[in-house]
Amino acid sequence: MMTNPVMKITQGQFSFLPELTDAEISLQVEYGLRRGYAWSVEYTDDPHPRNTYWEMFGMPMFDLRDAAGVMLELQNCRKTFPQRYIRLVAFDATRGVESIAMSFIVQRPPGEPGFGLIRQEGPGRTLRYTVHGYGTDRPEGERSGG
Amino acid sequence: MSELGTPLYSIPGTAPGTAEPAASTGDSAAAGAPGAAHSAARTVSEVLAASQAGAVINELDRDLVGLGSVKARIRDIAALLVIDKLRMNLGLQAQAPSLHMSFTGNPGTGKTTVALRMAEILFRLGYVRKGHLVAVTRDDLVGQYIGHTAPKTKEVLKRAMGGVLFIDEAYYLYRPENERDYGQEAIEILLQVMENQRDDLVVVLAGYKDRMERFFRSNPGMSSRIAHHLDFPDYAAADLLRIAEKLLEGHNYRFAPEARRAFEEYLQHRVRQPHFANARSVRNALDRARLRQASRLFAERERPFTSQELTTIEAGDIRASRVFQTAAVHVES
Repeated sequence: MMTNPVMKITQGQFSFLPELTDAEISLQVEYGLRRGYAWSVEYTDDPHPRNTYWEMFGMPMFDLRDAAGVMLELQNCRKTFPQRYIRLVAFDATRGVESIAMSFIVQRPPGEPGFGLIRQEGPGRTLRYTVHGYGTDRPEGERSGG
Repeated sequence: MSELGTPLYSIPGTAPGTAEPAASTGDSAAAGAPGAAHSAARTVSEVLAASQAGAVINELDRDLVGLGSVKARIRDIAALLVIDKLRMNLGLQAQAPSLHMSFTGNPGTGKTTVALRMAEILFRLGYVRKGHLVAVTRDDLVGQYIGHTAPKTKEVLKRAMGGVLFIDEAYYLYRPENERDYGQEAIEILLQVMENQRDDLVVVLAGYKDRMERFFRSNPGMSSRIAHHLDFPDYAAADLLRIAEKLLEGHNYRFAPEARRAFEEYLQHRVRQPHFANARSVRNALDRARLRQASRLFAERERPFTSQELTTIEAGDIRASRVFQTAAVHVES
C-alpha cells in the first residue's frame, strides 16, 4: 500500500498541493509581510523530519515591504543550490509568539530519494523503529537528484 | 484596506479564477495595488479617477511653496506615466518605462519632500507596488571590509523593493581618490538592480548639482540609466517667508506684524551667511524663535496668558538672533 499519496516529502504548508508557482509563492510571502512576519530562505539536502534546522541562505529579512525582495533571494538560492530542498520560513516576532508562523517547501530536487523504515530487533520480542533517508547514504552535496 | 476586497490567497487548481494570478507575476502584483488602473481605461480622466493621482499632484502644487520648474517637470512625468498606462492598455507599450531619477539642488530645497510625493504618485499610478520611501546614505550601502558591501547593499535594496529608494548625497558612493574604496561595488549592484528590476523599485539619487554632475561623468552607466534629471533651484526670499508662515501655521503660531518684517530682514542677512540651507534654515530659525518666545513668557510667572499671547512670535524673539549681531559687525567693519 502506498502510504504517501503524493509521492513526495510532505513537510510544512501546502505540501499535499501541486507545486506552487512563483506568483503563488509571492502571494504567500505578501500575506506574511502584511502580518509583519520576517521571511528567510533555508536549504538542505537531508529533509529528515527530525532535521528541524536547515541551512540558512543569508539572514532573515526584516523590514521588508514587498515580496520582490524575498523572491530575489529565493532565485539566488535556487541558482546556487539547484539540487537541494529549499523552503521559505516566516518568523513572527510578536511578543508571546516569537516563533515560526509559516513554512513551506519551494524547491525539491528532481528525484526525491525518500525514506525507508528500519526495524531493529531488541531483547525479547521488542521492535525499535527508525526512519532512514536513502539520500543520506551518500556524502553531503551528492545526495539528491539520484 | 481596499485590497481586502479580492482574496489574495488561492488553492491552485480548485477554482477557475485561480489560474489568473499565476499567469504573470507583474500583472497580479499590480492588481493588488489599489492605485492600479483597472482593466482598460481609455481616457486620461479614467486613469486619473481610478488612481487618484490627480489629487496628489494638486496637493503637491498647493503644499509646496515655489519650485515652479520642479512642479512642471513632475506634471510632465505624471502625464507621461498616464499616457504610458493608456498605451499599455492598448498593448502598444510592452515594457515598464525607466523611472529612476536624480534630484539635484542645494540643501533644504525640498528634495526629500518631493521624493516622498513622487513615491505617492508612482504608487497611485501603479508603477510601484507599495509606495514607501527608503532614504539611505553611503553608510547604509557601503561596508567596512571586504565582503561586507554586497550583503549590506542587497539588504537595503530588498527593503526598498515595491517602493522608492532615495540615496542622499549619492556622489559619496564613488571615491576616485581611493582605489580600494568599496563604493564602486555598491554602485555595480545598484546598477544591476536598476536595470533588471525596474518594475520592483525606483531609485532616486540626490545631492548638490555640481558634485552630482561629476559623479555622473565618472559613472556613465549610472547616468544613462536615469531617465529624469530634476534640478531644484534655491528659494526666492518671498518663498522663504511663505514657507516660514506655513511652518508656523502648522504649529499653531503666527508672526506679529513687526515680527514678520523682522523675519524678512533676518532672511536677507541669513541668505548671505555660510551654511544657508534654504527651508531647513528657516525651520531652525523658527524653532529658535519659539524657544525665545517660550523663555520670554516663562519669565512672567504670575500672569495668566491669553491664547493670542501664546501663539504670537514677537519681533523681539527674532531680533535676538545672532544673525543680526554678526550682520551689524559686518556693516561696522
